[in-house]
Order: sequence, then structure tokens, then C-alpha cells
Amino acid sequence: MTRKQILFVVLGIAALIAAPLGQGNYIIYTMTSWLLFSIAAMGLNLTLGYAGQISLAQAGFMGVGAYVTALMTLAGVPWILAALSSIGSAFVVGLLLGYPALRVQHHFLAFVTLAFNTLLFLVLRNEEEITGGSFGLMGMERPTVFGISTDGNLNFYYFALVCFLVAAGIMWWILRSPWGRAFKALRENPIRAESLGLKVRRQTLLAFAIGSAFAGLAGALQSPLVQFIEPSSFALNHSLKILLMVVVGGAGFFFGPMLGAAVVILLPEILRFTEGYYLIIYALLVIVLMVYSPNGLIGAGQKIWSKFKPKHEARRDLEKGFQL
Amino acid sequence: MAEFIQILVSGLAAGSIYALAAVGFTLLWQASQTINFAQGEFVMLPAFFVLIGMNFLGLGLWPAVGFALLLSLLILGLTFKKLIVEPMLPHGTLPLVIATIALGLLMKESVKEFYGATAQPFPPIFPQKVFHVLGASVSAQDIGNLAVSMLAILGLQLFLSRTRTGRCMQASAQNPQVAEILGVDVKRMALYTFLINAALATIASVLISPVYLAKFSNGETLGLVAFIAAIVGGFNQIRGALVGGLLIGVIDNISAVYISAQYRAAVPLLLLIAIILFRPQGLLGSKEGRAV
Amino acid sequence: MLKKLIGSAALALVLAGSPAFAAELKVGSIVELSGPGAAAGVNFRDGVKMGFEEINATGGVFGSPVKISEYDSQTDPQVSRAMVQKAIDDGVHVIAGTVFSSSTVVNMLVARRAGIPQFTGSEAPSITGMGNPYIFRTAFGSQKGVPKMAKYMAEEMGVKKVAVVWANTEFGKGGYSAFKAEAANYGLEIVADIPTEQAQTDFSADVLRAKNSGADALFVYLTEEESARFLREAQKQSIGKPMIGETTLIGHKVIELAGEAAEGAMGHVGLTPDADIPAMKDMVERFKQRFNYTPDHNAIKGYTLAHIIKCVSEEVGSPDSAAIAEKMHGLTLTVEACPGVLMDVSWDETGEMSRESFFVEVKDGKQVVRAILPPN
Repeated sequence: MTRKQILFVVLGIAALIAAPLGQGNYIIYTMTSWLLFSIAAMGLNLTLGYAGQISLAQAGFMGVGAYVTALMTLAGVPWILAALSSIGSAFVVGLLLGYPALRVQHHFLAFVTLAFNTLLFLVLRNEEEITGGSFGLMGMERPTVFGISTDGNLNFYYFALVCFLVAAGIMWWILRSPWGRAFKALRENPIRAESLGLKVRRQTLLAFAIGSAFAGLAGALQSPLVQFIEPSSFALNHSLKILLMVVVGGAGFFFGPMLGAAVVILLPEILRFTEGYYLIIYALLVIVLMVYSPNGLIGAGQKIWSKFKPKHEARRDLEKGFQL
Repeated sequence: MAEFIQILVSGLAAGSIYALAAVGFTLLWQASQTINFAQGEFVMLPAFFVLIGMNFLGLGLWPAVGFALLLSLLILGLTFKKLIVEPMLPHGTLPLVIATIALGLLMKESVKEFYGATAQPFPPIFPQKVFHVLGASVSAQDIGNLAVSMLAILGLQLFLSRTRTGRCMQASAQNPQVAEILGVDVKRMALYTFLINAALATIASVLISPVYLAKFSNGETLGLVAFIAAIVGGFNQIRGALVGGLLIGVIDNISAVYISAQYRAAVPLLLLIAIILFRPQGLLGSKEGRAV
Repeated sequence: MLKKLIGSAALALVLAGSPAFAAELKVGSIVELSGPGAAAGVNFRDGVKMGFEEINATGGVFGSPVKISEYDSQTDPQVSRAMVQKAIDDGVHVIAGTVFSSSTVVNMLVARRAGIPQFTGSEAPSITGMGNPYIFRTAFGSQKGVPKMAKYMAEEMGVKKVAVVWANTEFGKGGYSAFKAEAANYGLEIVADIPTEQAQTDFSADVLRAKNSGADALFVYLTEEESARFLREAQKQSIGKPMIGETTLIGHKVIELAGEAAEGAMGHVGLTPDADIPAMKDMVERFKQRFNYTPDHNAIKGYTLAHIIKCVSEEVGSPDSAAIAEKMHGLTLTVEACPGVLMDVSWDETGEMSRESFFVEVKDGKQVVRAILPPN
């Protein structure tokens, strides 16, 4: 990291610490929602933005995490153990799902995850003895950390913030590791990466499973945040929502999913004055964004930035070489 | 026996509608690698065009259907192709997938806000008659749905294989570069595909709405079923989508009666996963890529 | 002198402003305006809206118009919780909504913690079973309506075997569980147990199973649109058995959608636009004029809710949330005292309500009352 980047990160963290102070419960609750959706979106970004695979089950993996945590904490297991089990389960399910799907053909992961998400909903709803069925599970306690209860909304926000920072740190490390760099190579040019001896399928599978594990963590936070879970909170339309977050923010950019999650969660608030029309406007904005800038908001920002910034003339031939 | 015949007939009638939606789905995939996540909404919307024609413009049922067809061709065909698909094609599949998800949302929410959130009755297009065949009840509507959708798909198949335009469309789908060199207007051919999809969606909409009722959220389930049907049948074959649609209709009914009503929706999904694992080209699909 | 003048002017302003300000009643309406619950939510919201519009046109509450803020729960429990929190942060005194029980069971905890009375449109039994002193129903829970029906089926219709068709959602499951318990009490044998999907369109398999189950009658617990599709399919397969259900089987909307297929269907009706009550019919007409569609029971819940809030607030005398909640327990509102409730209604200590209801049959596209069932 350059000094500038470190400064940027420190300022960002300071802003996140200061942001909820003096705010009402609603704002704090919404910011906590944003943190956990950012974690899930970050995971999907690894699958989508770096490994180039569409997963339509990110909410399903959140569901796996949320139910594992709910059932375990209701049985008296401490949250941290439950959360680790949630992450582990989401990872394993990801492996089991991804292995056969990726074996077959490139874009089939999307279809398999779509089927998985819908199947998971049916199982969660029908196996009432375990999952509480359509009535859901409720009454999950918020964890106590080092003797401090996170029952209050502000405390729980800071608790979620710590989880978020840890997750973001791990993601940063993954992307900077040689393994993560391989991904970028893969994204730029899969054929060349393969010829360089990269095990493309294994890499992609791992990326998908790790991405799913992030959703597991998000689910583990959602259980104590909402203190109620039910199957339809993890249905297919929520997976599509998370997918939109990643792409709207900018797939393949580190901060893309966080920006996207903020947009999707805050937009209803900003467009409140339009009453019933906010979803219509939102949908229109997404379409326009995709037409104008398929790299999402960050991509659009870069585009605009580069228009205004005085450019030092780059050599065209070099530019081309860089893309290879 | 009567029970099984009833299941079969009802399943085929429902399945023929799924087939119509699935065929359109397949066509778009052929012509422009568009996975249309708004396909269900494409089938939901024309019914509301018909209702607008009847209730606000005072048209009769058939003129209103014509009006709906025209609007569908314009909006779901031409505008969708020119305004959304064309500018995004160079960016690859993902932005287009996202855009169609957003488009589905847009259509759903617009109908809800501007027409109403509750289901609307829709006039029947076939006489309200029920026949009793071998102990099973078969309505004129069932027979009509099956007949009209079969005719539509058969007609499409003939058009693609027997006419010059149809063959040009096939050529453009299989190998756009070569078709271009041979002097085929590839862009125009792709546009035809989108228009055909819009027309099929209108037919499906008019066929199902008397039974399903017109509602803004109808596309959610329908889109998913069309998607499954297309993959099960074979993503690169019209025949495949047809068989996939009928199969899903019948399987859905069989599993509700004989397997488990709670898990009836799971059976087509399990079939989908099995197909992907063991026969990824689909039941009728061919290995080598893309033939219309 | 000038200082004094300004001071007294300011004082006068404060004095003039403060009673009106302090007494302004703020209501937060949190409902399902998007997502799967939108149809129910929009009806409920419009009912609330029209109720308060009428109240405000006649002088409001405490001499100033009631302020309503609307929030969209997106039919998502997590969002609904956030919206209730937001309404409370915005300083509302009373909360209206939500309709879907899966949202209500979670957001009612927030209202409870803040001590804000909440009037829900949900019918799941669990809601009033949790000892929450701030939750009040606007329609009775399925554990109240269903026994009335089971009793009528067993004692008046002589039914022995029943096929149960229910929506596999929290709504349908609530009714189904209540019916199962009551069926045992009245010696009804459940010969077919048929769960269906939300937004299901093809009911041929379900009708077929019910038809071949050997049941004397069907108990159908689906939402309006699914009921209409079910009735049509039942007519097609000439099922030939009486079908009994809730408002959602024989409501106005279902009759409109199912047409003659609804003929002969019977059901228990709490609040209905078809009830033979002049005030109700009037309200339905005004609603049609205002919003251009026929209100369902959710709209009527919302409408009566506005008037309940008005009447109870006026009895309390100030927009005091805790006092309103306390007043509600054991309260009875009669039509004479509070015309907007449309029918006499009372609440018990858990927030559950009771009211007269009807057992009706659909004849010639209209509901005909077969029996008036007393409050229980």
C-alpha cells in the first residue's frame, strides 16, 4: 500500500466509527444492514468480478449462515463458534455445489446456483421441525463480547463493523496474494492463464466457495441483527438484489460492492419523496448505468474523472499491449 | 386411469404455455446471447395492453389483442433490442443480465403503480366448455392453449427452415461473421428474432391470462419455469424448449399428486440439476453450439 | 420596550403554537407496498389513507389534522423492522401495519421496546400470544375465526370427512394449524392434506386430489387470487363438494375474479364489503370513487383502524402512546360512539379483538348470509 492509500483507509475507518454517533436507531440499524450486505456483496464480487462466474445464490448462502447461527445460538452455543460454523457450512456447500457445476461448462454455475437457491427455500420452509418453517425462528440473543453486551443498536453496529473490517482485510489479503493475482491474470485472459499452468477450474471453484463463505458470515450477523429469520428473506429475489449491488457498484473493484450495497440500501430513502415510484426509478437508473457504464458506478466515476483530468498522452501501442 | 389422464391433459395444457415462453427465451439466446431474466414479465405485460385497449380505449377483445400485439412488438421487440440489447452487446453477458433483471423490475413495478396491485379478470378467448373424456375433464381452454401454442411453434419451425429469411436468421445465429460475409443483414435478422419473441410472449399472455388472471407479479414464477424448461429441453433447440415446456408442465402435476405437494416445485429443479450434470446440452440439444 | 414586545410576541407565539403542536397526532403507516405482499399492503395503505383523509376533513383529532407518514416494508421482515424503527425515530405516536405476519412478529418487538401502540392487519395466532402489551389486531386472528367455521361445518352441515387445501405460507399455515386443532375437537377427519404454493397458477393437481379424496367437504384457506384460480379449476373438474373457507375464499374480489365458479362457495366473514351493513356499503362506495377499485378486507381493516385510532386517542385526550395502549385493553368501541369502526368491536388483554361475524354463501354473484355468528 502506498502512503496515500493507508491514509485513505484510516480516514475511511474513522468515518465509519464516527458515522453512527448521535444518530437515531433507524440510521444505525440501516448502517448495520449496509455493513452485512457489504460483506455478502464482497464475497460475490470475488466470484463475479475476479473469477467471472455468476452466482445466483448469494442470499441462499446467507440463509445457510443465518440458520446455522440461529439454531446454534438458540441452543446456547456462543456466537463466535456458531459464526465459524456458518462460514464453514457456506464454504462446504459452495464446494459441493460448484464442483460438479464447474466441471461441466462455464456459465452453468449460474443455473445450478439458481436451482439451489430455490431448493434451499423449499427445504427451509418445509422442514418445519428444524427450521421453524414459514413461521421462522426468533429470539436469537445478540452476542456479548469481552463482557460488553451488543444488545443496543450502537454496540451491535460496532460489533458488525469489526466483523466487516476483518472480512475486508481478509479479502484485501486474498487479492494481494499470489493466488489472488493469478485471478486477475485469469480475468484478463483465461486462455493465456491456462497456458501458464494455472489450474483454472480449481481456482474458480475456490473463489466461488470463499465468496460463499463471506455470505455465510453475513448470515451469521443477520440472525442477531434482525433477531428473526424466515425462508423468504433468503429467496432468489434477494440473491438478485445482492448481484445488483455488486454490478451497480462496480464488479471487480475492491470498493465496488460496498458502494453498490450503500446505493441499494439507501436509495429507497433518498427517493422517498417519489413515493411509490422509487423502484421504477431505481430500475431505470440501473438500465441506464449498464448501457453507459457496464463497470458500474466506480467505472462511471473513472470515466468521468479521466475526461476532466489532463491526460499525459499514452502511446497507443503500449495501451494495446497492456490489455493483453 | 382417469386420474392419470386428467394429470396428463392439465399438465400438457399448462406446459404448452411454458413452451411458448421457453422458445422465446431460446431464440434470444441464439440471436444475441441474451439470457433474458425479464422473460416472465414479457409474458405478463401484453395482457395489460389488452386490458388497456378494452377498458380505456373501448376496443373489443380481438382489436385489443391486435393493439397489444402491436405495442409488444414495439416495446418488447424493437425498443428492447435497440435501446437495451444493442448498446450492451459489446460489453459481454453480465451487464445485459443485470439490465434484464432491472427491466423485469421496471415492468412489474410500472404495472403495479399504473394499473393496480391486485389481479384483474381477463376475458376468455375460447368458449367456456368442458368435455369429459375417459373420466377426465378437459376444457375448451385447455385444448385451445395446446393447439394454438403447438401451431405457433410449428409455424415458427417451418418459417425458420423453409423461408429464405428464416434460413438467413439461422445462419446469423450459427455464425454471424460468415453470414455477414455472405451478405446477410445480421442486425436485421437479430431484430426479427426479438420481434418473434415479442409476438410469442403476446400469444402466451393472451392464452394464460383468462386462467392465471392478469397480475403484475405473474412473471416471477413463469420466468423461472421458462428458464428451467429451456435448459432441460436444450438451450440451443426450439424443439428442445417445446419438449422441456411440456415435460415440466406434466412433471409438476405428477409430483403434486404422487410425490409431495410441499416439494412439487423441487422436482423440476432437481431435474434441471441432473440435466446439467449428465446431459448439459439438454434433452434434445446438440453438442455443437447454436442451431436455431 | 422593544425587547419586551418581542418577548411577549414570542411568548404568545409559543402559547398559540404549543397546544396544537403538542396535540398533533402522528401515525406511521408501515405496509407492504412492494414485493409479494404488495396487493394486500396497497389495500391496507389506501384504507388507512382514506380513513384519515375523512377524519382530517372533519377537523382531525384534537383540533388539528392527523399526520400520516408512509413507509414501505418491501414485504421483507428485516426492512419492516428498520421502517418501524424509522417511524419511531420520526416521532410517531401510533403505528399502523404491517399486514404480513412474518414481518409483524419481528417489527412488533421494536414498537414494544419503544412503547408505541401498533395496530396490525396480521391474522397469525402467535401475534397476540406473546404477551406484548402494545400490539392490537384490526381483524381477528385465525384461531378465532377458524373454530367458528369448524363448528358450523360439523354441527350445521354434518360434515365428517374434510380435504384441507391451504397456502403454504405463514398466512395459510396459521389457518391450517388452527383448523387441524379444531377438526379434532369436532370429530372431523382430515382425509386429504393439500399444501399449495404462493402465487400458484395451475391448480389441476390439487383439485384432483381433493376430488378423489372421499371428503364430504373442502376447507380452502388460500389468498384471494389463488382462491379464484382454485374455484375455477374446481368448477372445471366438477368437484361437486361444498367448499368452505375464510373471507379470502368468498370475498368480493374472488367473486369478481372467479365469476360463476364462486357460486355455492361458503365461508366465514369478519369484515367484508358485502356485509349487509349500510355504513360498510357506504364506505365501499366512497373507496371505489377515491381509488378506482373495489376494496378487500385489508382495505377495510385499514379504514377502521384510522377510526379506532381517532376514537381511542380522543378518549385518552392527548397523543400519549402509553395511555393509548393502556386504554385499548378491554376497550369496546360501538358504532354509536365511533361510527367509523363500522361494527361494534372489542379488544381483550392480549390485544386480540372480537366482533360479530357471518357465515355466508355465494349466490348469484352475491354473498348471502346463512348465519350470524356471535363474537367469541
